[in-house]
Amino acid sequence: MEKYGLYTPRVAPQKEYFAAGHRACVGCGEMLAVRLVCKALGKETIVINSTGCIEIVSSLFPDTSWEVPWMHTLFENSAAVASGVESAIKVMQRKGKYADGKVNVVAMGGDGATLDIGMQALSGAMERGHDFVYVCYDNEAYMNTGIQRSSATPYGAMTTTSPPGKKSIGQQTWKKDMPAIAVAHNIPYVATASPAYPFDLMEKVKKAAATKGPAYLQIFSPCPTGWRSAGEISVKLARLAVETGAFPLYEVENGKYNLTMDFEKLRPITDYMKPQGRYRHLTESDIVLIEKKLHEQVQELRDKSSR
Amino acid sequence: MLSWKDIPMGAIVQTPGSAKEYRTGDWRSQRPVWDLSKCIKCGLCYIYCPDASIGWKDDGYPQWDEFHCKGCGICATECWTKAINLVEETE
Amino acid sequence: MAKKVGTEVSFAVADAVKLADVDVIAAYPITPQTHIVEKLSEYVADGELDAEYICVESEHSAMSACCGSSATGARTFTATAGQGLELMHEVLTIPASSRLPMVAAICNRALSGPLSVWGDHSDLMGVRDTGWIQIIAENGQDVHDLTIAAFKISEHKDVMFPVMVHMDGFHLTHVIEPIVIMDQEDVDKFLPPFEYNNKLDPASPVSQGTYAPPHIYPEIKKAQDVALVNSKETIKAIWKEYGDLFGRYYNPIETYKTDDAETILVTMGSFSETASLAIDKLREQGKKVGLLRVRLWRPFPFAELRDAAKSAKTMIVLDRALSFGGPAGPLCSEIRSAFYQEKNRPQIISFISGLGGRDIDPEDFEAMIARGEDIAKNGSDSEYEILGVRE
Ligand SMILES: Cc1ncc(C[n+]2csc(CCOP(=O)(O)OP(=O)(O)O)c2C)c(N)n1
Ligand code: SF4
Ligand SMILES: [Mg+2]
Repeated sequence: MEKYGLYTPRVAPQKEYFAAGHRACVGCGEMLAVRLVCKALGKETIVINSTGCIEIVSSLFPDTSWEVPWMHTLFENSAAVASGVESAIKVMQRKGKYADGKVNVVAMGGDGATLDIGMQALSGAMERGHDFVYVCYDNEAYMNTGIQRSSATPYGAMTTTSPPGKKSIGQQTWKKDMPAIAVAHNIPYVATASPAYPFDLMEKVKKAAATKGPAYLQIFSPCPTGWRSAGEISVKLARLAVETGAFPLYEVENGKYNLTMDFEKLRPITDYMKPQGRYRHLTESDIVLIEKKLHEQVQELRDKSSR
Repeated sequence: MLSWKDIPMGAIVQTPGSAKEYRTGDWRSQRPVWDLSKCIKCGLCYIYCPDASIGWKDDGYPQWDEFHCKGCGICATECWTKAINLVEETE
Repeated sequence: MAKKVGTEVSFAVADAVKLADVDVIAAYPITPQTHIVEKLSEYVADGELDAEYICVESEHSAMSACCGSSATGARTFTATAGQGLELMHEVLTIPASSRLPMVAAICNRALSGPLSVWGDHSDLMGVRDTGWIQIIAENGQDVHDLTIAAFKISEHKDVMFPVMVHMDGFHLTHVIEPIVIMDQEDVDKFLPPFEYNNKLDPASPVSQGTYAPPHIYPEIKKAQDVALVNSKETIKAIWKEYGDLFGRYYNPIETYKTDDAETILVTMGSFSETASLAIDKLREQGKKVGLLRVRLWRPFPFAELRDAAKSAKTMIVLDRALSFGGPAGPLCSEIRSAFYQEKNRPQIISFISGLGGRDIDPEDFEAMIARGEDIAKNGSDSEYEILGVRE
């Protein structure tokens, strides 16, 4: 009965730290994820943001959607900027030049900022062991610049730089396993999350923030503009991605995997793909191949979780 | 419009959440309308809104923020009891 | 009492940083900067300096971490050279536009390719327009004093810009010189604590580094430019204060025997001392020659330059960097611009020399002055000449 409260939206913190008035597209799942992350983090937080949709829609001078201290510098360096912030707080608290108490230092960026151009800076920051959280909002392409492919774009998906054609299926590579790369840094906490499961998401954010040392979160972020889907089904798509195995939810605490959401039977992948224009060109056999691969990946996670 | 002399040092914004003054409600082509007889005050619409445009009234029913709601319709899709209908904006 | 010691110039930088009691250092090793950061690492490891030393994985991240650190209100330092400065380039415009104080020691180095770890000013010229205050040191004492003063300049409420202190790689960084190392007490008197009003702090949230469309971007840039130009007066005042307190004065333009000089040689950096030997020799021969050195590269001291070179009929400018296919060496272009509107403007001749660590001797300077005077009289078929290169 005590736990029940956790599952009632009413008891979620009412205060918004990512305010209304941002200029994101109608039905943007990424900004929903940002809003939930900020709710979970609360007031004692500093956000370092990479260039990308989040930064652009939230910071058109002199407007800001941020109710917590926020800093944007460039596309690929948020983890490094956060290293500077965290180190500065540490030394200045030691020298009595900064208010005592825990401050959540949180770097955030898109999948492009994280898996591609900023991976070196992120790797460095995780390896050095800074006490910070890195949140990757994964909408599976470079949306801010017009839907170009990233290494998080799923196999077969259409983007403007992975167009399907006579000689191409669309995206020709499988999604990069960034959480596993984070795990390989031996950091204490890694998790995936989805805005379709807001309480699971917020719990993971709180856990990540409470972790001493680096924590990495990858959050699924439906993008109706980039996926060519209807804005009103963004949350539904996020749920389907979990239910079909396209984006499994799990945590890795001190190297130990735990599938946080599992199903006796995964839903057919077409339930998830059909409503999205980016998959419209795929043939039956393409879809069979993709489904097989996704099921294998979920099984792998199950195996790791039971170890 | 600001003159260059009015630019704060480093163009740093010192008013948190100043974007709230920006009316995104104008983008809307449809609006959510609640059938309170079906609403069970669960708050799913509140938690799933990407634009933080649904709050609470004193009586526990959802409070719609017409100034910011972009009319995406996620609330209507997610509502368990189908208490929310989307209605075309006429004006 | 501050005392004079024989020390490597790199260590004099590290000592200045320690005396400034910096909070955060983020740096990535590159020749010829390594001795500075190694010394600082030792100071931190031994507890002689209470700072966080972030061993970042690249110069891009070094400058990024410095931005985060400064924005949080910490006194911040980095050092780099050549390719490292190039890799930092994208980040350099950020602290200048967001007005984040910090000091960077730049150990000037040639740029690849071919790879060269030796000194010239190619890296310096590459970052000319990033919006930093840029100060040029000529010897070890300069390096020590100017680094300490750079913190005060950078963090001054009327300035609030990042500052680079440039020093020639190897020719300066790796030599041992007698240097007066400042006393902690004196530095504490001179350098107030860093107070940053817009620091990242949950108690008063700010948004830094917003997005600016065409309707506001030019206003933001003009505000930045005006502030940088205006910082010159504060820089001069702080250098004057330093001189009044400690007896060593620094000026945006430094001169040597220029009062009645008809031919003025213009240099920047550590080669100036060698150049002065050539000036002495030519003066002995009765020639009216003098030496002018640019100490403040940005904001550029136009008025001070024009004033110092009033008597000149010919100015001979040495650049240690090439602007490939361009109008002249980059320093010479600046000097020419400074005089273009003047009624009685001197002839201004551009020479490039000393690339990639190649020495320039006093005799080379004499030859340079002779060739410059020849060109002033008879002209040349090229916009600039590269000297000291085998035919
Ligand atoms: C160094 C650099 N290269 C390229 C860009 C252009 N750019 C800005 S945002 C972006 C894509 C962002 O993609 P992602 O990180 O996935 O975020 P999203 O917009 O999808 O949320 C790109 C390519 C840039 N700003 N800086
Ligand atoms: S492009 Fe996609 S991620 Fe970006 S604001 Fe629009 S819906 Fe959101
Ligand atoms: Mg993306």
